[in-house]
Amino acid sequence: MTALLHVDNISKRFGGFVALDGVEIEVQPGERLGLIGPNGSGKSTLVNCICGTLQNESGSVRFDGSVMDGLAAHERTHRGVARSFQLPRPFHSMTLADNLRIPLLYTVHARSGPLRSPGDLDTRCHELLDMVGLLKKAKQMPRDLTQVEMRKLELARAMAAEPKLLIADESMAGLSHSEIDDILALLVRLNERGITIILIEHIMSAVMSFSQRLAVLVSGKKIADGKPEDVVRDPEVVRAYLGQ
Amino acid sequence: MGTVKFSFTAVAIGALVMAFAHWFHVDYLFFACYTILQFIVLATAWNILGGYCGYVNFGSAAFFALGAYSSVALIKFDGEIDAWFSEGVANALHYIFPLPIPLLIIFGALVSGIVGFGMGYLTLRLRGSFFAIATLALAVVLQTLIVNWDFVGGSRGAYVIRPENLEFAGIAINYIEYLFALMLLLAVIALTTARVIERSQLGFGFATIRDDELAAEACGVPTLRLKLIATTLSGAFMGMAGAPFPYYIGYLQPSSAFGLEYAVNSIAMPMIGGTTSWVGPLVGAILLGSAQQYATVTISSAVNLLIVGLMLVAFVIIAPNGLIGLVQERLRRRQS
Repeated sequence: MTALLHVDNISKRFGGFVALDGVEIEVQPGERLGLIGPNGSGKSTLVNCICGTLQNESGSVRFDGSVMDGLAAHERTHRGVARSFQLPRPFHSMTLADNLRIPLLYTVHARSGPLRSPGDLDTRCHELLDMVGLLKKAKQMPRDLTQVEMRKLELARAMAAEPKLLIADESMAGLSHSEIDDILALLVRLNERGITIILIEHIMSAVMSFSQRLAVLVSGKKIADGKPEDVVRDPEVVRAYLGQ
Repeated sequence: MGTVKFSFTAVAIGALVMAFAHWFHVDYLFFACYTILQFIVLATAWNILGGYCGYVNFGSAAFFALGAYSSVALIKFDGEIDAWFSEGVANALHYIFPLPIPLLIIFGALVSGIVGFGMGYLTLRLRGSFFAIATLALAVVLQTLIVNWDFVGGSRGAYVIRPENLEFAGIAINYIEYLFALMLLLAVIALTTARVIERSQLGFGFATIRDDELAAEACGVPTLRLKLIATTLSGAFMGMAGAPFPYYIGYLQPSSAFGLEYAVNSIAMPMIGGTTSWVGPLVGAILLGSAQQYATVTISSAVNLLIVGLMLVAFVIIAPNGLIGLVQERLRRRQS
């Protein structure tokens, strides 16, 4: 089986600081990959390089059979990579429904799919809001939402682009246990629909229950990759997290 | 209301205004209303970039002046045809020149639109106050160029003789009424365009740029392309507003065409009216424009900028989202 995403030996530096140093990751279609690492280990930089917010200096990112290097972020979204942001970034001046309308208009339409009528667009927005349990608030503004609702909106907006790969960047930080379970259940449901998911998270219980495979980044290098239960016992990983 | 219906309604309202002014038969009314219409176009143009996309342009006067000076250049060119070309070519050119004002408007739109595109391209990475400073710098650069371009009069300025009447199909139309009608048409076109954008996919895209560019890209919005569309459109409309100006004013000099009042007014009018909708710049321009015209006649023209300043301060405090925002907030409160 060919990999859906192949991050091939990519590096990124900010001035003298090496944020990513030859990282290599493969993700198979339909897989649930957990990505962990201490603060500042380069997780978000990796996400930004995959999504095109940042451009990697060396190495390459292959997605779904083609190389994505040099493509702008929106082009990568069109090809099927979607992400949620660590801190929710909703479009503040729009209602929740309109927030979801953007990826529908700009990504789903752009994929030469059948053009949707305004009615279809509304239905789809409402379906997506229903999926994350925000249907009742469709006409409200993002400022009226709670933290957990904001995260859900963020995921719904990423899903609206109908991606093949969803990268959830710390979508559970700062949430309560029951809220975390909520989001996890949502992610599992999405995965069951055939969407490949990379979960970046600090909350270990969530990562462990979600991931089929776990990769660990430390100081811009991947130090472990494998079955979650094996990876967390890896002496190098333990050392990175707990210190020596 | 559909776009066609809207533009017809707008034209009808315009025709009514026109008939009203004609009935009074006071040239001054046309002069005053022309300025207000001109500001409607400028404010609407500014709002396409500043209101919809959130990019504050301080260089509106430069785009306006470019439109005006492209007209002056073409008018001057007409005067030099015999001196510059052989007889055959000159005769051929005399068929085309002098260009009628509608063509000057299209030319002005092209020039300002191209400069708008260039400005967008050069300032892509700038946001917020940095973008504003860059536009201000552009205005200074362009003014310097014009001041040193002798062909269009340089710092001395250029005289453009306005004909008394326009002969059209055997009817003599008062020239100021003709200019007024043209500006009225431009205002209708600008407002219709703004309204169409607002309700289209493009308008949604512009709003995402205003809210969060990074998130917009992640949703698949080609922010760079949209910004270029906005800078080009906005520049083109400002150029259109400026193109008939030399005929209106009669004597054009750089310091008046690049005047502070254009830059300040085209920002203040949408701010006072409200930047999120096409209605905002319209309301703002009518309100502020009439107040200025009134002050010019009753007090002095120097009071103009004072009025703008005071109103801007008042609105920033009382209604930061403009009059439209104030009304929308009331409606929302009443609903809930």
